[in-house]
Amino acid sequence: MEIEFIAGHNLYWIISLLLLVGLYGMLAKRNLVKKLVGMNIFQTSIILFYIAVASKRNATVPVIDATLGSVDPAHYINPLPHTLMLTAIVVSVATTGVGFALLISIFRRYGTLDEDALLKRMR
Amino acid sequence: MIEANLPLLVPLTFLIPALLIPLIGIRVPGAAYPLALAAVLVSIPMAVFGLFRVIAGGPVSYTLGGWEAPIGIELVLDPLASFLTLVVTVVSCLVLIHARQVASVEHPDKRVPYYSLVLLLLAGFCGILSTGDLFNLYVFLEISSLAGYGLVAIGDKRAPVSAYRYLILGSVGTGFYLLGIGFIYVMSGSLNMADLARILPHILDQPPVLAGLILTVTGIGVKTALFPLHFWLPDAYSSASSASSALLAPLGTKVGAYILIRVLFFVFDPDEVEQRVPITTIIAWMSAAGILYGSLMALAQQELKRMLAYSSIAQIGYIGLGLGMATPLGFTGAVLHILNHAVMKAALFLVAGNLRVQLGHSNIAAMDQRLSRQMPWSMAAFVVAALSMIGLPPTAGFFSKWYLVLGGIQGSYWVFVAIILLGGLLNTLYFFRVVERVYLPMRRGRSDPAVANEGREIVESGEARLFMLAPTLVLAGLLLALGLASSFLVNRVIHLMIPAGL
Repeated sequence: MEIEFIAGHNLYWIISLLLLVGLYGMLAKRNLVKKLVGMNIFQTSIILFYIAVASKRNATVPVIDATLGSVDPAHYINPLPHTLMLTAIVVSVATTGVGFALLISIFRRYGTLDEDALLKRMR
Repeated sequence: MIEANLPLLVPLTFLIPALLIPLIGIRVPGAAYPLALAAVLVSIPMAVFGLFRVIAGGPVSYTLGGWEAPIGIELVLDPLASFLTLVVTVVSCLVLIHARQVASVEHPDKRVPYYSLVLLLLAGFCGILSTGDLFNLYVFLEISSLAGYGLVAIGDKRAPVSAYRYLILGSVGTGFYLLGIGFIYVMSGSLNMADLARILPHILDQPPVLAGLILTVTGIGVKTALFPLHFWLPDAYSSASSASSALLAPLGTKVGAYILIRVLFFVFDPDEVEQRVPITTIIAWMSAAGILYGSLMALAQQELKRMLAYSSIAQIGYIGLGLGMATPLGFTGAVLHILNHAVMKAALFLVAGNLRVQLGHSNIAAMDQRLSRQMPWSMAAFVVAALSMIGLPPTAGFFSKWYLVLGGIQGSYWVFVAIILLGGLLNTLYFFRVVERVYLPMRRGRSDPAVANEGREIVESGEARLFMLAPTLVLAGLLLALGLASSFLVNRVIHLMIPAGL
């Protein structure tokens, strides 16, 4: 069972790994830009998760195809997670933008983006 | 016709001016404030009308684009949502009237973005309150979060650093929430809250559903600053400008608490969940720890806004404790405390704003008896709000704690009853520290002149101006009125909100 459990869900393992890499970057890295990179990896892993659960074997894009004959949902991948993730991507881009704007403002005021140096200069 | 559109109208009232203000403000900066105030003033009658309509005739639902739920996105005003919408609009209106003076003193060059962000924040809040769809809630949560990061960044020199820290931790929170609803969606095939409430009892034994719930609650816990997920809050509230923190502190975390209520009590059935994962018990214990931690940290702070920020963590603890007890009276206490804490924290932060504008600082160490002569009305409002925070009758704070204690007795959670009472004692200590300095004769060697002169150059003496003083006093008066009206509120309004599962 163990081998199957690991091999059968390899995509989810990769996504979980990405999620943890992102979290590590956000919480443990001392450089503020690396935190933002971590945030992007974290959000990408969640987006990949939604895309992964939407896919089906031997299924096509969700546009009704006359040659398939029926509108059996098994023939089409689930379009809803994709549309949800379009929104999530927009949110992720906006958050990154706000993050970079804050970083520019921090750098102008303190001249560093390293958290330890920043804490010293903030005193 | 207007009735059916109410759930959408309130968020739109904020969203459209939020987009108009930067466009108009770039040519006419003076137009930003009247536009923002007009939007909030228009929203209050709608919120009042919505609340009366919902109490009289049951929930109002609006389907976006004509797509019926559960396929489409549904906006629903039920008693809880319409009640909190009214709280958000009234408190934000008073804060906004106050903010004009604070904004022109603390950040005169950033007034236009400030008002635009405030309206975006309120649009996000009202959207969260009225949505009936978990993913739509995520979108509104991100709108309000992004506006919140911007508002925190408008502040003193350290504000961008605090805002950045808030952004990173807030993104972890919203990310967990998104992942959690992903799990729930995969197992149930629905994102509509009412639809999920029907489906979930059948699939609650599936581990991914419970994992999704835990991820969701953790994510919202970060936004609510539920102990131990509160790390962003003290820095964010104390370095944001007084005008921003007066808006974020009373409302931001309360909307988070609303999402917790919505997910834990309306989407899921707390009793059924409790048999599988003790999630409400964990929330109750964490909240109890938060009450003690927040109060003790507040006791150690030398700066008024920072003290109030730590006190917010403690007060969120009271709300979480009421929810975690999962008894009808505890739930009533939690909802009442959301209202009361929004009003009293707003009053306290407005007083802090008055102090910052009039004195140039809000250091507790530099306060002395002169303050009670210089700003008698502001300090009187402070005392009323402090009494309410402590929980003395007839102020509003007494009644929410009363219901929380009753809820604890109802479920025989004696430890929690003890912690609520101990928390009240600690509240007394840290507020009395300020009240003592301001009202009692000073003992020798107490005031440190170096600290007293630390303030900024722009210092006006005397009492705050009318447009700052009036909202402060109205909020303080509201605390007394809400205290007197609390039994009416509980019997006629909050009674309707108690979910069927309790």
